[in-house]
Amino acid sequence: MGYNPEKPMEGRVSDLGPPHYEQFFPAVIKENKGKWMWHEITQPGVLMHKSETGAEVYTVRCGGLRLMSIEFIREICDIADKHCDGFLRFTTRNNIEFMVDSKAKVQPLLDDLKSRGNRFPVGGTGAGVTNIVHTQGWVHCHTPATDASGVVKAVMDELFDYFTSMTLPAQCRIALACCLNMCGAVHASDIAILGIHRKPPMIDHSRISGVCELPLAIASCPLGAVKPAKVEIDGKEIKTVKVNNERCMFCGNCYTMCPAMPLADPDGDGIAILVGGKVSNRISAPKFSKLVIPFLPNNTPRWPEVVQAIKKILVAYAADAKKYERVGEWAERIGWERFFEKCDIPFTEKSIDDYRLAYDTWRTSVQFKYTSHIK
Amino acid sequence: MAKHETPLLDQLESGPWPSFVTDMKHQAETKPECWDILGQLELSYKDKITHWKHGGIVGVFGYGGGIVGRYSDVPARFPGVEHFHTVRVAQPSSKYYSTKNLRDLMKLWEKYGSGMTNFHGSTGDIILLGTRTENLEPFFWDLTHDMGQDLGGSGSNLRTPANCIGQSRCEWSCYDTEECCYFLTQKYQDEIHRPAFPYKFKFKFSGCANDCVAAIARSDIAVIGTWRDNIRIDQAAVKEYIAGNYPANGGAHSGKDWGKFSIQKEVIGLCPTGCMWMEGDTLKIDDKECTRCMHCINVMPRALRPGVDTGASICVGAKAPILDGAQFATLIVPFMKVSKDDEFEDLVNFIEGVWDWWMEVGKNRERVGETMQRIGLPTFIKVMGIEAIPQHVKEPRSNPYVFWQDEEVPGGFERDVVEFRKKHAA
Repeated sequence: MGYNPEKPMEGRVSDLGPPHYEQFFPAVIKENKGKWMWHEITQPGVLMHKSETGAEVYTVRCGGLRLMSIEFIREICDIADKHCDGFLRFTTRNNIEFMVDSKAKVQPLLDDLKSRGNRFPVGGTGAGVTNIVHTQGWVHCHTPATDASGVVKAVMDELFDYFTSMTLPAQCRIALACCLNMCGAVHASDIAILGIHRKPPMIDHSRISGVCELPLAIASCPLGAVKPAKVEIDGKEIKTVKVNNERCMFCGNCYTMCPAMPLADPDGDGIAILVGGKVSNRISAPKFSKLVIPFLPNNTPRWPEVVQAIKKILVAYAADAKKYERVGEWAERIGWERFFEKCDIPFTEKSIDDYRLAYDTWRTSVQFKYTSHIK
Repeated sequence: MAKHETPLLDQLESGPWPSFVTDMKHQAETKPECWDILGQLELSYKDKITHWKHGGIVGVFGYGGGIVGRYSDVPARFPGVEHFHTVRVAQPSSKYYSTKNLRDLMKLWEKYGSGMTNFHGSTGDIILLGTRTENLEPFFWDLTHDMGQDLGGSGSNLRTPANCIGQSRCEWSCYDTEECCYFLTQKYQDEIHRPAFPYKFKFKFSGCANDCVAAIARSDIAVIGTWRDNIRIDQAAVKEYIAGNYPANGGAHSGKDWGKFSIQKEVIGLCPTGCMWMEGDTLKIDDKECTRCMHCINVMPRALRPGVDTGASICVGAKAPILDGAQFATLIVPFMKVSKDDEFEDLVNFIEGVWDWWMEVGKNRERVGETMQRIGLPTFIKVMGIEAIPQHVKEPRSNPYVFWQDEEVPGGFERDVVEFRKKHAA
């Protein structure tokens, strides 16, 4: 028996919530929860946690594809069945973690993973680049300004050695959001890759009254750029909206509210790079990422400008930052003027805030460095 | 559904990082709709624009969220993705799975869906990517009846809560983030499935200030573990670190030669409050000056551990930039006991206090952090019955524009201008 469309409400079950987590714990986790004493990264991608009971759990972390097929997940299950008594977990950064309860089981697991081509890269621990958290992009979303999985693939191919090693001053968290809605919440990342639009919305006057609540569309604009208007379509006057292009900041919120205001565009859309954010409270407080490159084009399929920009920032950071310093802490220590110089990124007026609370970021002291920007 | 030429996507099959294109092609051999996903994506790579229509409201009976409607704008060319709705399935705490559970779920998705998934979506749900409207109810029936599982949140409701790995495999977690997340997710099933809020609302649970689930950056209520007694010190282990016998930061920097470990430079010198020092070969901490940032504990995990009188700091109002700019969550309750023993009573009361206020005064599509900005932190804490303390601010205000209340000023606001004029000629 299954769903009966004749009697849709009969036998309906709802509000079950997620399954209880404990049934999915490997035995060593179940037995030692709350008893862990310390951990060590024994090699890139391998963590060892020591319990006060003396037990050890070894975790092998693999970079996962956020976008994965059921066949791929079945392969993950095959590995977990073979080595991990049928349990595994995912991290918040789309990594896959295989856990075993003794050191002897680590190498066979690593060998197995290695035998599967490039599908299970081991790494993402410690002072390196871990997996990129990202959004859907063109594969599934209706508002993106760029793709997600393709950009991530291109960037991670280039940064692969940083994923499988621990040579950086601190961990570097990279995130991608394919539009300003930021489903990926990239605004507190060491390096944020952000899809942006640069053309104001078009107005589809012929459809707007059928698909859109005009007052909601008007209210959706944070800068009051969307106003009521009337136009004539086929000799008939209809109520619609107009956009003051000079006030548009291309956030796309009007399109979210009104399908008749599309703003995506092949030439208008692309990627901005923001850097220096962090979530952790370690040493310094959490920080927002700051816009350092306002626009790079969507050069499919491999976004070479984006890949090279990120590589350049990472190389400069790796060479110059002190041990434990996150990208944002490094930039603040050397000064943002020096950051632009060291990363060889041209500074433009587009990095100067002119939105709300902008004044908070303006320099109101005479402490500065004589970098190449001062002619 | 036929195979399409994908010369652009094919270029994403090389390189050391796993390729989603290769994976999808492999899946297409048994789920031919994947050819159409690839075909439409290739078209987007060529046109440099999305080919998904705006929105589309679909769902299952009785729920106002959990399914996101999606339709192709080129369905004639790619009939396999004409409907391509997303199903959000609530994930278990910390994202542990048995292979049996995953295999059963995959079997279900093979039957009803495209064969593609996200493990996981940004909020934390399992995302099942791409199905047709007529499959939704049969899928939901099997999900609930056969799997005992459920949908997550979407729309203006409580989104599926998420937590860090917590005490299950981390020595720093100051409360049981997994149980807290599970308990509150179960308690608020109605709020997850039936949108009644001004806008989305997110809970995230991190066990310590390292905040591995990014609670402070993206949740309306962030519950971040901390302690209020002293950091536990194993002085013998401190000596081992000084001697170079234990790797600093759990070996996180082992890929590069950073020179000999210096406790002065790497721990004491980087402490943001300067509350640590050495007395001979003994490490001292002035715990009352410590702000529990986790740096010293991160660097010397075998020597230092969080205290034992643990709980959580509660922060409110984080969000991404749309619309008024990004906000981190603001510290509201510095320390709260968070325990299943009392069914998280204080936290539950706090959450419901925030909801009562926000549902009353929040505007349509206004996150609670924006409501707090619009109405003001002093009003928010007053409504919550919380006394103002310096911990609520980074620094005191620098303008004098206090909203004094009538009852705070002797004689009140009502005055007689005629009486005033008797003494003060105009």
